[in-house]
Formats: sequence, C-alpha cells, structure tokens
Amino acid sequence: MTDREIELENENIEVELLIEALVKKHGFDFRDYSRVHIKRRILEVKQRLRYESISMMIKDIIYDREFLNKLLLSFSINYTEMFRDPDVYLFMRNEIIDLLRTFPFVKIWHAGCSTGEEVYSLAIMLKEAGIYNKTQIYATDFNDKVLKMAEDGIYPIEYVKNYTSNYQQAGGKESFSDYYIADDNNVIMDSSLRKKVVFANHNLVTDGVFGEIHLIMCRNVLIYFNKNLQDRVLHLFKDSLCNGGVLCLGTKETIENSTAESDFETLDKKLKIYRLKY
Amino acid sequence: MVRLKYQAVVIGASAGGIESFKKLLEEIGDFLDIPVMIVQHIKKSKNSNLAELFSGMSGLNVREAAPNEPVLPATIYFAPADYHLAVEQGRTLTLLATEPINYSRPSIDVLFKTAAEVYRESLIGIVLTGSSHDGAEGLAQIRDLGGCTIVQSPDEAEYSIMPLAALKRVDTSFTGTIKEIADYLKKQLADTV
Repeated sequence: MTDREIELENENIEVELLIEALVKKHGFDFRDYSRVHIKRRILEVKQRLRYESISMMIKDIIYDREFLNKLLLSFSINYTEMFRDPDVYLFMRNEIIDLLRTFPFVKIWHAGCSTGEEVYSLAIMLKEAGIYNKTQIYATDFNDKVLKMAEDGIYPIEYVKNYTSNYQQAGGKESFSDYYIADDNNVIMDSSLRKKVVFANHNLVTDGVFGEIHLIMCRNVLIYFNKNLQDRVLHLFKDSLCNGGVLCLGTKETIENSTAESDFETLDKKLKIYRLKY
Repeated sequence: MVRLKYQAVVIGASAGGIESFKKLLEEIGDFLDIPVMIVQHIKKSKNSNLAELFSGMSGLNVREAAPNEPVLPATIYFAPADYHLAVEQGRTLTLLATEPINYSRPSIDVLFKTAAEVYRESLIGIVLTGSSHDGAEGLAQIRDLGGCTIVQSPDEAEYSIMPLAALKRVDTSFTGTIKEIADYLKKQLADTV
C-alpha cells in the first residue's frame, strides 16, 4: 500500500470510531448518514481547528462539551438560501395555499430547518396570502445552535440580492426589503415573521411523530440519509400528516421506491410535492 | 478470470465545457462499458438539466445523478446544478447541499476526491476547459491513489486556466486535444481486459 492509501485506511477507521463515540456518549446517531458527508464535515473541522488527527477529536467528543457543539454545527449547516428553488414556492403560492386556506387552523412542520432561511420564506408567503395569523409553524432541527441562529434571523447582506431575485421569481409582489432591516453587514428579518413560529429541538433519526400536521417541509435533509433512514423518516412524516396533508421535499429527493410511496399521491413530480392519500 | 483495469471515469469541465465533453462522448461512447460521472459548472436555470440535454445521444444511458443510486456500468451521470456529486464506498451516489468549493457547486474536486477514494487505481480523471482552479486538487488525489490522470491541452481548450492549474499541480498520465484524449481512452479501455 502507498502512504496515501495507509493514511486513508486509518482515516476511515477513525471516522467509524468517531461516529460510534457520538452515539455512545451523546446519543447523536449518524450511522445511517452518508459517510462521504460525515467524513467531509469531520475533515473540515479537523483542518479548521487544527487537530493533528481524527483520534484526537474523538477524545474531545468524550471530554469537551464545547467541541461537541462545534462539530455538530458543522454537521447541521446547509448552504441554503431564501426561496431556494423559486418554482417550488411559486407552486405552493398558486396551488397549496388555497388548500391550506380551507382549514380553520393550519399546522406546518418545517423539519431540519437549519439556519432558518426557508422558514422565513414560508412565513413571508403565508403572510402575503393572508393566512399567516391562523398558522402555527414548528421549525425543528437536532442542533440547538442552528435553531438559535434561525430564531435570530440574521443573514449576511451580500446574499440579499439573490434572496430578492428568488422572492420575485417565486411570485412575490411586495418589496422584499420590507421584510428586513439592514446594517452594514447583515440583515435582520422582521420579528413579525417569527410571531407564529416555534423553534424546537427534534431529531429525525431518534425522535417521534408530530401530530396532525397540514404541511411538512423537509428540503435537502433526506439527501444525507441512506435508504433505511429515508424510509424511517418518510414513515414519520406519513404518521405526522393529517389526511390530505402535503409533503414538500428537496428537488433531488423522492418518495419513489420508498416503502411509504403508496401512501402518497404526487402533486408535482419535478418539484417533489406530495399529498397523503385520504 | 477477466478483470477490468479501469472501472470508472470522472470528467470535470467549466466554461466552454459542454462542447468539449460532447465531442469526447461522441468519440468514445461506443467503447464505454464503465460508468462516467461528469461535473460541469453550470448556473441553476430552467435549462440546466444536462442529462435531459444529452439523453438524445445514441447508445448512451444518460442520467442526472440522484442520492443513493448505485453507480451502473455504461451509464453517464451528470451532477445536478446546485449540488455537489460524490461517490460512497459502496459505489452509490450522494448529493450534498453543503457550501460551494472553489466558488462552485457542484465542485469537480468533491467528485474527483471521493471517486478516487473508492476506485483508487481503477479510476480515470479528466480535466477539460474552464476558467477556474477547480479539479486540480481532485486530480492530485487521483494520482496519489494510483489512478490515470488526463488534462485537455491548454492550447486547444477554449478557456485554459483550468487545464493549466491541473497541469501545474499534477504530472499527468496524458495531455492532449479532445481527439487525442479520445484515442488514448479507447486504447486504455480496450487494453484493460
């Protein structure tokens, strides 16, 4: 074996041990996550915090709570944007809102909300449709730190041009700048957008059902899961939705070939929007 | 027992890339019995589905890469716009919505590095035209793990920055025009039974 091959073999052993340490010591279970994803995050943290080896990180997972938080933060941040995939939000605005309108009270679960960009997108859309006040949004993530960031709603100002363009492509008719105040570096989302949002800790891998939900948004979370875990989570969604409730996945995710497939009908194949059958 | 030496091809291209790998695929399509995974830097838009664009090419099975899909022989996979494409040890595909690398998502380095870890000496990596440094690190990883490294000649490439960056980082197995790369590949693929 070449040096590089030995190095790789060692790395892969260490990655497995680190994953075991996380579940044994803290109950965070990444065993059914994409190994490529977890390894890339581990190596990113290793390099940034100048660890000599992954083995040294395992020690700190067991003994250093602060390090655990840093590692989990790297695991749970998605590089997302407001109104990511504007077509999805346009479809929701045109097709889903009227369905939600028929309910006296609307419950929405945004699962794996990460830093919250898409929670605010959803809130803006509901507000403009005039149903925000009868809505309750549960925005959940397994990581308290990203939940805090989502709740703070502070984003770098250089992203706003893109957010604004997405908002307009998603059918937004108002002035997007009405939804935030800006300082030199950041924008702070208007607090009225948070009025109906509860940010709560929930782990899709280990936690259970949320009750009687009308719409579940879970975008670009399942891509990191293997087939088994995807199936588990899709069944969790099925059990959490009320009959006729809507499921919106990321555009590269699907319920096709999952054991929950037959429980859903497809509203838009390309945008990955489904509805639980009655 | 017959053993294939090369088990997969990865291709990375940026500005000017679509024409280049189209030409390459037309040349080598009939010889391909192993998977080809392609990262082309592309802006997300209505027409950014390269798999749809190339599905008409005769004889080739062309798909957009999807999470957890097994990597199949004689199939061409395109990374979707706005996601990194990677290969798992079990030879399935993964998409990542993590931060851009070298200002790009998909990034060539992400595909090349992960594919190199899986296929080792049985991987062929090709860097084509582009005005970025993406791909150079990934190609170095392919070389370190014993794979075959190919770069389009900067003179022929519509944008030479990316081939030059790769050549600066890696002493390649082969450098040449698209036509020459095609001939080299045909020979490599034929010699490997």
